Amino acid sequence: MTKNLTSLGKGEGGRVNSIEAGRYATKRLYEMGLNTGALIKIIKNDSGPVIISLNGNKVALGRGLAQKVILEV
Amino acid sequence: MKNGTIALVGNPNSGKTSFFNALTGSNQHVGNWPGVTVEKKEGKFIYQEKEYDVVDLPGIYSLGAFSEDEVVARDYILTGDPDVIINIIDAGNIERNLYLTTQLLEMKKKLVIALNMVDEAEKRKIKFDLEELSKHLGAPVIPTVAHKGIGVGEIMEAAINAIGDKTSIENPLIYSGVVKHHIEHMEEILKNNNLPYPIEWTAIKIVEGDLNILKKLEEVNVDKKIIKDIKEYYKYHTSDSFELEIVDSRYAFAHKVAEHSVIRPLEEVITLTDKIDRILTNKYLGIPAFAIIMLVVFQLTFAIGEKLLGSFAASSIEGLGRLLEIFLIKIKAPGWLVSFIIDGVINGVGAIIEFVPLITVLYLLLGFLEDSGYMARAAYVWDDLMRRFGLQGKAFISMIIGFGCNVPGIMSTRTMDSKKDRMITMLITPFMSCGAKLPIYSVFIAAFFSKHGGLVLFSLYAFGILVALIMAKLLNKTLFKGDSSYFIMELPPYRIPTATNVIRNMWDNVSGFIKKAGTIIFLVIIIMWMLAVLPASVEPYSQYSILGTIGTFLAPIFRPAGFGTWQESVALFAGIPAKEAVVGTLGMLYAGQYVEEGVILVNAIRQHFTPLTALSYMIMVLLYTPCAATLGIVAKETRSTKWPLVMAIYTFAIGWFVAVIVYQIGSLLGFS
Repeated sequence: MTKNLTSLGKGEGGRVNSIEAGRYATKRLYEMGLNTGALIKIIKNDSGPVIISLNGNKVALGRGLAQKVILEV
Repeated sequence: MKNGTIALVGNPNSGKTSFFNALTGSNQHVGNWPGVTVEKKEGKFIYQEKEYDVVDLPGIYSLGAFSEDEVVARDYILTGDPDVIINIIDAGNIERNLYLTTQLLEMKKKLVIALNMVDEAEKRKIKFDLEELSKHLGAPVIPTVAHKGIGVGEIMEAAINAIGDKTSIENPLIYSGVVKHHIEHMEEILKNNNLPYPIEWTAIKIVEGDLNILKKLEEVNVDKKIIKDIKEYYKYHTSDSFELEIVDSRYAFAHKVAEHSVIRPLEEVITLTDKIDRILTNKYLGIPAFAIIMLVVFQLTFAIGEKLLGSFAASSIEGLGRLLEIFLIKIKAPGWLVSFIIDGVINGVGAIIEFVPLITVLYLLLGFLEDSGYMARAAYVWDDLMRRFGLQGKAFISMIIGFGCNVPGIMSTRTMDSKKDRMITMLITPFMSCGAKLPIYSVFIAAFFSKHGGLVLFSLYAFGILVALIMAKLLNKTLFKGDSSYFIMELPPYRIPTATNVIRNMWDNVSGFIKKAGTIIFLVIIIMWMLAVLPASVEPYSQYSILGTIGTFLAPIFRPAGFGTWQESVALFAGIPAKEAVVGTLGMLYAGQYVEEGVILVNAIRQHFTPLTALSYMIMVLLYTPCAATLGIVAKETRSTKWPLVMAIYTFAIGWFVAVIVYQIGSLLGFS
C-alpha cells in the first residue's frame, strides 16, 4: 500500500516509492537521500514541516513537499 | 614554487571549514548549520617546508547546478583543477555523503577521504571498517574530528602523497542495465574528441539530462557535429531523462559500500539531541522557546555588555578625554586641535568604542547559538509562519544572521534554490537590526528606558522581524509573484559549542567593528567635524556652520516624526556610510555642551529628546537605509545597481513612515 508522508504518524515509516513533485524538487529530494527505496521513519508530524529520519539523521520537509513523497508502507 | 592545490569538498555542515581553519591557521567563520560557507576561500598550508594552496568550497549535496553555492563548487572542481580533493564525509550520515563521493569518482579526481566527526558517530554506536571502505572507494580513508584537530595531520600527509601518485584512477562500477547502455552509447559519440572533461563523466552528465554541460561544451568549441548529436539526444530524452535512475544508481552504490563497511546498532540510540528537540521543535513550545532564547540573548547582552562592562569602558574613555584635554591645554595646543581631539575623536569615535563590550557579548551569544545547531531548528519552527508571508524557513536563518551583521545575512541567501525567495530575503534582511545599531539603541535606552533595557531591545528586534514579514508579504503580492519554494533542511545534532569557534566568530566581528571605528567612521566623523566648525567666521557646532545649514535644510523632513533638530537629522545621514557614526555624530554635536554633567551623551540625549521622540528615532534607525557595506553586497549578489538603489530608498521611506505613525499616534494618546 502507498501513502504520502503527511498521512503517517510518529514512529511509522516505509520505503520511498515515488515523488510527485516538479523536476527540480524531485531531484533535490532524491539527492538528499529520499531516492527510490530509501527507508524513512517519521519523527514528528503534527504542525509545521515533517521531520523524518533517514539512516538516523534528521531532515525537515515542508508540508507541501512532504505530501508529494509517496511511501510504500 | 607551486607544489599543488588541495580542495576541500563535502556536504553542507560536514566540517570543511573546521578543517580549513585547522590546516591553514586562518579564521574562517564556522557554524553548526548547513550553508555557513557560500563562497570559495583560499589559504596556504606548509608541510615539510613546502607550501600548498588549500581551497575551501561551499558545502554541497551534489555536483548539479541548483543553487549559487553549488555552482561555485562545481565550477571550481571542473576548471580550477585541484591536484587532490579531500572529500570530507560526515561519519554519522555516510550514505548521503557518499553520494557526492561517487560523483567525484566519476570526475576521475584524486581523492583522500576524511571520515569526519567519528566521535559523534561512536556515540550513536556506529562502527566502521576503514579498510573495507577504502577498498571500495579506491582512496585512502582517515578518521577525523576536525574541530578538535584530530586526524588533520594524517589527512594532509595522505593528500600530499596523493599529489605525487601517478597511478590512474579506476572507477568503481556504479551503473548497470539501460542506464549503462546509454552512457556507453554517449561515450561512443564523444570519443576521439578533445573534450575538456573526462569522457565518462561528460557522458553521464548528458544522459543525466544536465543542460549545463552542453553550454560548457559549446563554450570550449568542440566539434559542431558532437553538439548536434547531443542536442539530438536531448530532444528524445529530456522529458524522460535518466536523472532519477542515475541518482538511484549512485545511492545503490553508496548503500553497498555502507553495507560492507558500516556496522549500525539494531536499535537506534536515543541521543540528547532527540530529547532537546522534543522541546525546541514542539508544536506549542517551538516559537515560545525561540522567543525566550532571543530574550535571554538580549537581556544578557544588556546586563553584561552594557551595565557591567559598558559603564566601565565609558568612564575610562571619558576619563581619558579629560586627561587629554588638561594635557592639551597645558601644552597650549591651538583651540581647533583641542576641539578636534575632544569633540571629534573622544566624543565622536570614543562614543563608538565605548560599545565594544556590548557588541562583544552579543556576538559571543549569537556565535554560541550558531555553533550549537539551534539555527536549523529556528528555521524549522518558523517555516509555517514564514510561509504565510510568502517565504520559507530557510529565509529565517538569513534573517537571524542579519542580527549580527546584514552582509553575511545577505550572502547566506545563496543557498536558496528559488530566485524569488532569494530576492525577497535580501530585500527584507536590512530590517534585522545589526550589531552596529546596538550602540544607538543603547544610548537612548540608557537615557529613557534603562529599567527595561533588555526588554526594549528585544521588542525593537521583534518589531524589525514583524516589519520584515509584512514587507515580504507585500513584495510577494507585487514584485515577486509565484509560489515559495519547498523547504528541506537537515537538522544537525546539537553540539556543545567549542570555545575557539565562538571566540573566533566574536573576534571577527569585534575586530571588524574596531577597525571600522578607526577607518571609515573616523573619516565620517572628521568630515562631520570639519563641516561643523566651518566656516571659521561662525560659532562652531552652531546651526550657522555648514553642517548646521545642511541639517536645517533637512530637518523639516523629520519633524512629523518628532525629532526635527538639525543635529539629529545629519546624524541619520552620517549613519549611511556606517551605522555607528550616528552615535559618533550625536556625541560630537551634543556632548560638547554637557561636559560637566558626567555621562555626557546620555545626558545630552535626555535634554533633546522625550521618551516618545526617542522611540520614534530608534524606530527610524531600526528601519531606515542600511549601511553602505550592505548596499554594496546587494549590488554584488544581484549584479545590478538597481536593487541596492531600490533598497536604499524603500527602507528610508518605510523607516520614516513608521516613525511618523509612532510619533503621531503616541502624541494623540497623550504620551510625550
